Amino acid sequence: MQRIERTVLYTIGGSAILMVLVPWLLGKVAPDQVFFEWPYFFEVAIGGLLSGVMYSLVALGFVLIFKASGVFNFAQGAMVLFAALTLVGLIDLGVPAWAAILLTLGVMVLLAIAIERVVLSHLVNQEHIILFMATIGIAYFLDGFGQTLWGSDVRRLDLGLPNQPLKFFDGALMVNEFDLIAALIAGVLVVSLALFFQYTRIGRALRAVADDHQAAMSVGIPLKHIWVIVWSVAGLVALVAGIMWGSKLGVQFSLSLIALKALPVLIIGGFTSIPGAIIGGLIIGAGENVAEVFIGPLLGGGITDWFAYMLALVFLVFRPQGLFGEKIIERV
Amino acid sequence: MIYREAGEFKSTYQADQAIFPIRQDRWFILAILAIAFIAVPLLGSDYWLGTIMLPFLILALAALGLNVLTGYAGLLSLGTGGFMATGAFAAYKLATMFPGLHILAVLIMSGLITAGVGILFGIPSLRIKGFYLAVATLASQFFLIWMFNKFGWFTNYSSSGVISAPPMTVFGDVFVTGPQASATAKYLFVLSMVVIIALMIKNLVRSNMGREWMAIRDMDIAAEIIGIKMLSTKLKAFAVSSFLCGIAGALWAFIYTGSVEPAAFDINRSFQILFMVIIGGLGSILGSFLGAAFITLLPIFLSNAPHWFGMNIPVDMISHIESMVFGALIIFFLIVEPHGLARLWQIAKEKLRLWPFPY
Repeated sequence: MQRIERTVLYTIGGSAILMVLVPWLLGKVAPDQVFFEWPYFFEVAIGGLLSGVMYSLVALGFVLIFKASGVFNFAQGAMVLFAALTLVGLIDLGVPAWAAILLTLGVMVLLAIAIERVVLSHLVNQEHIILFMATIGIAYFLDGFGQTLWGSDVRRLDLGLPNQPLKFFDGALMVNEFDLIAALIAGVLVVSLALFFQYTRIGRALRAVADDHQAAMSVGIPLKHIWVIVWSVAGLVALVAGIMWGSKLGVQFSLSLIALKALPVLIIGGFTSIPGAIIGGLIIGAGENVAEVFIGPLLGGGITDWFAYMLALVFLVFRPQGLFGEKIIERV
Repeated sequence: MIYREAGEFKSTYQADQAIFPIRQDRWFILAILAIAFIAVPLLGSDYWLGTIMLPFLILALAALGLNVLTGYAGLLSLGTGGFMATGAFAAYKLATMFPGLHILAVLIMSGLITAGVGILFGIPSLRIKGFYLAVATLASQFFLIWMFNKFGWFTNYSSSGVISAPPMTVFGDVFVTGPQASATAKYLFVLSMVVIIALMIKNLVRSNMGREWMAIRDMDIAAEIIGIKMLSTKLKAFAVSSFLCGIAGALWAFIYTGSVEPAAFDINRSFQILFMVIIGGLGSILGSFLGAAFITLLPIFLSNAPHWFGMNIPVDMISHIESMVFGALIIFFLIVEPHGLARLWQIAKEKLRLWPFPY
C-alpha cells in the first residue's frame, strides 16, 4: 500500500512539476512563439483543472459499470446525450425543471432495466470483448433513438445555474462560477459513490459481482438486480454529466463524443477506481489545457485531439493499471 | 451425403496439410473464385462493382488485418483507421515523389511503411493489455489523423487537405486509378490483391508465427513460459496487421474513392472495422469477409428499405433510424451467435456432414 501511495505521489508530483517547468522553459527559450507569465499560467491550469472535472463526470459512469460488472461500457457517452435530450425535451414540453429531472431519472432507470433484460441477461459469462461490442451497439441505438424522439437540433439547456466569471487577486485570475459548481457537484458525487461502494451492503455485492459473475451468483447475490442498480446509478451520473455539459455546450449530438475524451481519464485513474476518475480528470484537464496553450503553438495547434491519449500512454508505460487501478495479478 | 470426408484418403503429408483438405471445400472455393472473377464482372453493373463490391473487398482486407491483431493475437486495437490513413498518405507521397513507380510497388511500400508505424505504436502492447491497450491504440488513431491534417507536406501542400490519386496502370494501358479507369479493371485488380493476400494470411496463421499468436492470445503468461518471445511475437502481429491495413487504406484512397481526406479514416472507420471482425468472427479469415459483407451491405439496405415499402421519411430521420436499427442488429447478432457469422458457417458444415441422415 505504502509503495502505491509513493508511486502515486511521485507521478502526480512529477507531472505537476513537468506541467509547470516545460512551459516556463519554453517561454524562456522561445519567447516570441510562446507567451508565458505566471498569472496567465495559473489561469490556464485552473481552467484546465475545472474542465477536467467535467471529463471526470463522464469517466465516473464508466468506472461504476466496469467496477460492478466488468463491462467496458462504451454507451456512457450516448447515455449522457440521451439523458440531456430527454431532459431538454421534457422542459420544452412545459414540465417544470425539478419534475423534468426526476422524470428523466425515471427514464434512465427504465433504460437500465431494459438494457439488463434485453442485452446483458443474454450475455452472462461472455468474453469481455463481446460485452464491449454490445455496449457499442447500445450506443448506436441510443444515439439514434434519442434523436429520432427529440430531433437533432442544438438545444439550449438553462437550469438557472450561475455563470459569472469570478475574479481573484484583483482580476489577475479569472474563474467561471459555473465551473466551480461543476467541480463541487462532481466532488459530492464522487465522495458519496465511494462511500456507497465501500460501506453498504449493495456496494459490497457490486464489488463481488465485479470480481466474478458466477461466484457471486453462487453465493446468492441477485445478479439481475445488481446490474439494474449499477446501470441506474450510471444513468444518474450520465444525467448529471448531461446537465453540466448540456448547460455548457448546448444539447447536441457531439455530447455523445465526450465519451472519447473520458477514456484517457479512465486510463490514468484506473478502470476500477472512483477517486481515480477525479484525479485522472484533473491531470488530463490541466495537462491538456497547459499543453494546448504553451506547447501547441510550436506544433501548429490543435493538439488537444491527441494530447490526452499520449499523456495516458506515457502513464501506462509506468503503471499499466493506471494510478489507482487494482494490481493485475495473473496466473497460468 | 454430398459433403463428407469419408472415402478421401491422404497418402502424403502434403495432402494431409493442404489448406482445404476436403475435396468439396476445394470445389466450393474454386466455384466462389470463378463467380467472383468471371460472373460478377460480366453480370454486375458499374454501380454494383464500383460502389458495393470495391468498398466491400477493401474493407474486408482491413478487417483481415484487424483480425490478425485482435482475433489471432488477442490484442484489441481501435487504431485501424489511423493505420489505413497512414497507408493512403504513404502511397500518395510515394506515387507523387516517384511518378514512374508501378502501382504494386507503391502499394507494397506503403504497406511496409504502415507496418513500421504499426510496430512503433505496438511497443506499449508489451506492458498494456485488454481495454487499456484498446484505449492506448486510440492515441495512434488521433495522433496520426491530426498529423495528416496538420502538416502540409503529407498532402503536397494542397489547400483543402485532400489527396487525389494520379492515374496509374497495371500493365499496358489498363488504368486502375484516375478518371480513365473502368470499374471492371478496378474490381479485378482489387479482387486479385485481396485473394492473394487472404491466401497468404491463411497460410501465415497455420504457420509457426500464427500458432505463436494464438498461444499468446489464449494465455500470454503460459505462452511466455513455454518459450514464445513476447516482444517479437506481438510486434510481428502489429506489423502484419498494419501492413494489411496500410494496403487497404491505399486501395481505398487510390482505387475506390480516388481522392480522400484524413477524415475518411476517423474513429468511426476503426469501429466499423472492429464490428466487421466481431460480427464476422474473431480468429477467422472467412469471418472477415462475411463481416465486411454484412456491415457494408446493411446500411445500403437500411437506407433503401423505406422506399421499397413506399414509406416517405425525412432524410435526417432515416439516418437516426438507421443508426438505431444498426445498433439493435449488432446486439441481436451478439446475443444469437457471439462467435460470429463464421461460427454459423461452421455449424452449417457440421450439419451438412450428416445430412440427410442425422443420428
